[in-house]
Amino acid sequence: MSRDRSRKSLGALGALVILACILAVLPTPSAAQSSGWVMPRLPDGTPDLQGNWSNATMTPIVRPPGVAEILTSEQVSALEQGRQDFITSDYEDSDPERGAPPVGGELTGDPIFDAATGGTGGYNQFFVDAGDNIAIYDGEPRSSLIVYPEDGRRAAFTPEGERRVAERVAFNRQFNQYDNPENRPLAERCMMSFGSNGGPPMLPNYFYNNNYTIVQTPDAIMIMTEMVHDVRVIRMGEPRPLPEHMRPWLGDSWGRWDGDTLVIETTNIHPQQVLMGMSNASFYPSEDTRVIERLTRVSDDQMNYEFTIDDPTIFADQIRGEVPFNRLDGLLYEYACHEANYALENVLRGARSQEERERNENQQDRR
Amino acid sequence: MSRRWPTTDRRRTLDAFDPRPLEQRLTNTPRLRSTTRTALTGVALLVLAPLTAAAQAGEIPRTAAGHPDMNGIWQALGNAHWDIEPHTARPALAMQPGPVVPVPATEVLALGAVGSVPSGYGVVVGGSIPYLPDAAATRDENREQWLERDPEIKCYLPGVPRATYMPFPFQIFHSDAHVAITYEYASAFREIYLEDPGEPQVDSWMGQSYGQWDGDTFVVRVDGMLGDAWLDRAGNFTGYGTTVTERYTMIGPDHLVYEAEIENPETFSEPWTIRMPLYRNIDPNARLGQFKCVEFVEELMYGHLRKNPIRGTGS
Repeated sequence: MSRDRSRKSLGALGALVILACILAVLPTPSAAQSSGWVMPRLPDGTPDLQGNWSNATMTPIVRPPGVAEILTSEQVSALEQGRQDFITSDYEDSDPERGAPPVGGELTGDPIFDAATGGTGGYNQFFVDAGDNIAIYDGEPRSSLIVYPEDGRRAAFTPEGERRVAERVAFNRQFNQYDNPENRPLAERCMMSFGSNGGPPMLPNYFYNNNYTIVQTPDAIMIMTEMVHDVRVIRMGEPRPLPEHMRPWLGDSWGRWDGDTLVIETTNIHPQQVLMGMSNASFYPSEDTRVIERLTRVSDDQMNYEFTIDDPTIFADQIRGEVPFNRLDGLLYEYACHEANYALENVLRGARSQEERERNENQQDRR
Repeated sequence: MSRRWPTTDRRRTLDAFDPRPLEQRLTNTPRLRSTTRTALTGVALLVLAPLTAAAQAGEIPRTAAGHPDMNGIWQALGNAHWDIEPHTARPALAMQPGPVVPVPATEVLALGAVGSVPSGYGVVVGGSIPYLPDAAATRDENREQWLERDPEIKCYLPGVPRATYMPFPFQIFHSDAHVAITYEYASAFREIYLEDPGEPQVDSWMGQSYGQWDGDTFVVRVDGMLGDAWLDRAGNFTGYGTTVTERYTMIGPDHLVYEAEIENPETFSEPWTIRMPLYRNIDPNARLGQFKCVEFVEELMYGHLRKNPIRGTGS
């Protein structure tokens, strides 16, 4: 279903791009009328961004080496067909005569899928809804969500940024990854969604539940991320930022309208929140990290989402990205993660059990 | 605060024990029940003036479609979150036998007066919850084993209606096409569908909400709740298969009356209702706080599984 929707959007966007070229000299309202699409608006005249949206896509955050920003149609077909083949093969019935998987599991080559399943079949495609299409933005099939720096990769750290990364690595080195609940990833602790899903920036998690609900009022706009029901309240108006020491999860967001674009500026992001997770561009924000997001509805089925990460303390340059948000038909579910988080308990219990076994084996060896 | 309090609210006596329908209670002379109440009502009567529908409507902000505009940050006052039934103050929720009278349990002793339970006059219309005998026994067990059983202690989602009167504010986001409520406690969230979503596809902590306007009252039917949520810290519960019908009625720009009818023939002998006013936070700088308490309970829930537990052997 999502494939059909995206194809339709691609067609619509293609038509829009052609029209935009033809009508470039005309004022915007005429262009909108000519294309047959009129921006839906609320009674106060602001564009209506409400409803359910998904940013699921198979386009990665960071551009793979040696690939151009815009993919050719052959590349798109090959990538999307590859994903379909992978899904089809994963849906095939298991061979009841098969043996146990090797120690470490049978890896598929899809790093996120392998990380989640451990190569032992923890999840199959029944549970996964990662996004099976290349991101089409302004009619262009994109090879990465990052569009600046121009190589589609994270900007370089400043020396201070490098120092902070090294400091964190050194701090974490004193722990084994299973020693304490705090040593586990935020998503495993049911603190936040995978990766950078909750935002800012709001990016796909490449696994499932890449869904958002927006409800819009003149004074405040609510964006709810389905995974771990994280709610961002975007208050409209002149920012009155929090004191520097208050750094909530998801940060402190203020919104304003720039024409028909909703601009959200966020500061005071929690020091332990991972930004641009699920990629090798992930980083922890500094006290100076500022994320500017721009949401512009471009059709009934699509919203353009742009983000800029600005932090001269840790980055030598800005980072900018573009992500299509596609309309999601259907209801969102309650993602009550913590209430049944057997995983975290069992992960820790397993580690303690393993340690006990090793202690016993060591004692036997000594005898 | 320069903003004037709406006088219409003062004329209305909101009495949780008054069984009359809300409309009657809002438009009729308040029912007189006791000497104290008579005295208070006397004061209220001094400012009573005939209330026309137009005057009332003028007090309430409205959306473009003409519905009462409930957008904003709301909170219940009072002590319903401790116990929705009438109760006197007590030393603690968890108690143990003492040589003369019961004393606070060891687990909560260090909290002193901070852990004590303030009194409350109750929000249950009619005074007490009509439990069936088995359910009443379960409630009593819940109360005895509060530390182990109350979902709030583990930062679990609060369910409906408990979310409404937790000691935290919540924010209503409300346009003519969408309604959502986000609660400060545990980042709990509900979308209230304005079109019938049909039978809930799965059970959930916060349930599935379907809202419709009945005149100026927003009526929300909530079902599909798991039944694990409680109603307060006193062990009151509804059980699986509960339907909650909420009624949100604005009685002024900054006040609304909240009612929730609770129906579950497995737990209760008859449907029953809670009722309380909700207050808008009128501070222009008011904002919902963040209380993502999952991380706050990790030591309680998983501390014993640390490589080096920091509290004895844990539990």
